[in-house]
Amino acid sequence: MLQHMLLNMEETASVILFGIGFTILLLHQNLIKKIMGMNIMDTAVYLFLAAKGYINGRMVPIVTDGIQDVSAYINPVPSGLVLTGIVVSVSTTALMLALTIRLYERYGSLDLDQILIQVKEEERT
Amino acid sequence: MSFVQNFPFFSIIIAMFSGIVSSVLPGKKARNLSLAAIGLTGVMSAAVLGFCLKTGESYTYMMGHFPAPWGNEIRAGVLEGLTALLFEIVMFLSVIGGLKYTAADVEESKQNLFYIMIDLMLSSLLALVYTNDLFTAYVFVEINTIAGCGLIMIRQKGRSLSSAIRYMILSQLGSGLFLIGLSLLYDVTGHLLMSPAKEAVALIEASGSYEVPMLVITAVVSVGLGIKSGLYPFHYWIPDTYGYATPAASAILSGLVSKGYIFLLIKIFYRVLGRENVVASHIVNVLFVFGIVGMIMGSLHAIAEKDTRRMIAYSSVAQIGYIYMGIGLGTQAGMVAAVFHIFTHSATKALLFISAVGLYEASGNKKDYLSLRGAGYRNPLAGIGFGIGALSMVGFPMLAGFISKLLFATSALQSPHKMFLTLIALAVSTVLNAVYFLRLVITLYRPAVSPEGHEVLEHAGGTKSSWNLRLAVLCFLVLNVVLGMFSQPIVNAIGQGLMMFD
Repeated sequence: MLQHMLLNMEETASVILFGIGFTILLLHQNLIKKIMGMNIMDTAVYLFLAAKGYINGRMVPIVTDGIQDVSAYINPVPSGLVLTGIVVSVSTTALMLALTIRLYERYGSLDLDQILIQVKEEERT
Repeated sequence: MSFVQNFPFFSIIIAMFSGIVSSVLPGKKARNLSLAAIGLTGVMSAAVLGFCLKTGESYTYMMGHFPAPWGNEIRAGVLEGLTALLFEIVMFLSVIGGLKYTAADVEESKQNLFYIMIDLMLSSLLALVYTNDLFTAYVFVEINTIAGCGLIMIRQKGRSLSSAIRYMILSQLGSGLFLIGLSLLYDVTGHLLMSPAKEAVALIEASGSYEVPMLVITAVVSVGLGIKSGLYPFHYWIPDTYGYATPAASAILSGLVSKGYIFLLIKIFYRVLGRENVVASHIVNVLFVFGIVGMIMGSLHAIAEKDTRRMIAYSSVAQIGYIYMGIGLGTQAGMVAAVFHIFTHSATKALLFISAVGLYEASGNKKDYLSLRGAGYRNPLAGIGFGIGALSMVGFPMLAGFISKLLFATSALQSPHKMFLTLIALAVSTVLNAVYFLRLVITLYRPAVSPEGHEVLEHAGGTKSSWNLRLAVLCFLVLNVVLGMFSQPIVNAIGQGLMMFD
C-alpha cells in the first residue's frame, strides 16, 4: 500500500490536496478561505492530470527541432485539459470574488453565517 | 450528409453568439435577439428530432478536422432532439411569461446582461444535451453554473446575493467532484469521447481489472452531478435560489438547469460507464435511497413552509427525488420514467412559477400563501394555471404528472427488490404532495378576508395580467395536457432514444 503511494507520489499528493480543498470549500465559514479551498481543489486536479500525462524522459509536446517522432514527446492531451481547466477555474474564481466583494460591501463581513443572519434580519424589517 | 445534421452545432453556436452580440445591444434588442435565438434553435431541434425519427438512428457530427478517437464530437438522436426541443419551449415560455418582472426587477442598464445569461444558459443546456465528449461536457457544466449564478444575482437584493454565493459554493463542490471523476476516467480508459471510452470500459470490465477505480469514478461522477442538480442532502440552496430570483429566472432554474445535469448523468451512465456496470456497482442503490428520502423530506419541508414560492421550490426537491428514484431502479423502464419525469417537471414547475406571479399581482405581492385567498377569482387564468399545475404535480389523471407516476409504478414492478419501497414511497409522497398543493389551491378559491374581518367575494375582472404572462400560462397549460393526454408517442420516443444510447 505504502509502496504504491510512494510509486505514485504525484497522484497521492493530488488526491490529498483535493480532499483538503474540498473540505475547506465545504466547511470553512470565511468566504475568502472558501475560494482558496476551491482553487486548491482545482489545482489538485491539474496536478493529477499533469502527472498522468508525463512520460519519463520525454519532451514538452512542442515541435521545435523538427523532430516529428511521436515517441519523443509526452501526451499533449492532459496539458490541453489543464489549460482549459485553468481558464474555467479563473472565471469561476473571479465570479466568486466579485460576489464576495458585493456581500462584504453590503454586510461588512466575510463570514457566511454572519451574512446569512444579517440577511434574515434585513428580511424581517 | 443531410443539411439537418448540422443543426445541433448551429443551435449551440447561435445561442452562444447571440449572447456575445447582446453585450453591445440595448436591453430591448437583446431581449428580442434572445427570444429569436430560442425560437430558432427550437425549430432546429424539432427538425433534428424529425430527422432522427425518420432515419431511425442517431448520428455523430465531427467538430473540426480530427476523426473519432481524437477530435471532438456532437451526437444527436431522438432523445437529444426531444429534450432540446422541450427545454427550448419551456425556456421561451418562461422568458415570455416573466418579461414584465424582468424589466422591473433588473436595473435598466443591466437588462442586456440578463439576456446574455439566458443565451449562455441556452447554449450550455444544448451543449450538455448534444455533446459526445466528456471534457466539453465539463466546460459547459461550468458555463451553465456561471450563467445560473448570473440569473440569480441579477436581482440586486441581499437575499439573492447570499443565495447566489451558496449556489456557487455547492456547484463548485459538484463540479470539482465531476472533474476529478473525468480525470480518473481519462486516466483509466485513455479517452474523452464517449463511444471509445465505453469500448475501453467494456474491455476493463471484461478483464476484471481496475475494480476500485471504476467504482470511485462512478460514485464521484454521480455524486458530483447529484450535488449540482440538488439531490436531497445537498438541496439547501434550492429554496433560497428559486424563491428569490426574478420569476423568469426561477422558472428556468427550477425547470431546466438541474435537468441538464440529470440528462448528462443518464447519458454518461448509458454511453460511457454502461448501465449494467453502474447497476452492478450498486451506486444506483445509493441514488435510489437518496431519491426516496428526498421525495419525502422535500414534501415535508414544503408543508412546513409559509411562503408560496419557497413552497414550490421545496416541491422541486421532492420531484428531483422522483427522478433519481427512477434512475435508481436501474432498469430501462425506470430510466424512461425518469426522463419522462424530467419533461413533466420542467413543464409543470415553470407553469407553477409563472402563474404564481399572476396570483401575486392580484394579491398585492405578499409572499405569505394565506394572502392569496381569493386570488383565483381575481386573476382567473393564473388561478386555473396554478390549479392545473398543482393537480399535475399531485398526479391527477389526464395531466403529465399522472403519466410519470404511472410509469414509475409500472417500472417498479419490474425490479422485485425495490418494488415495495418504491410503491410505498410513491403513495406517501403523493399524499404529502396533495397536502400542500391542494391546500394552496383551496386557499386560492376561498373568499378573501377584508381588513375588517368580513369575507369578500371578488369575481372575475379584478386584475388582468399582461398579455405575455397570460399567453405563457396558456401555452404551459396546453403543454401539460399534451404531455398527459398524448404521452404514448413521447414515451415510445424516449424508449427509442435510450435504445440509441447503447
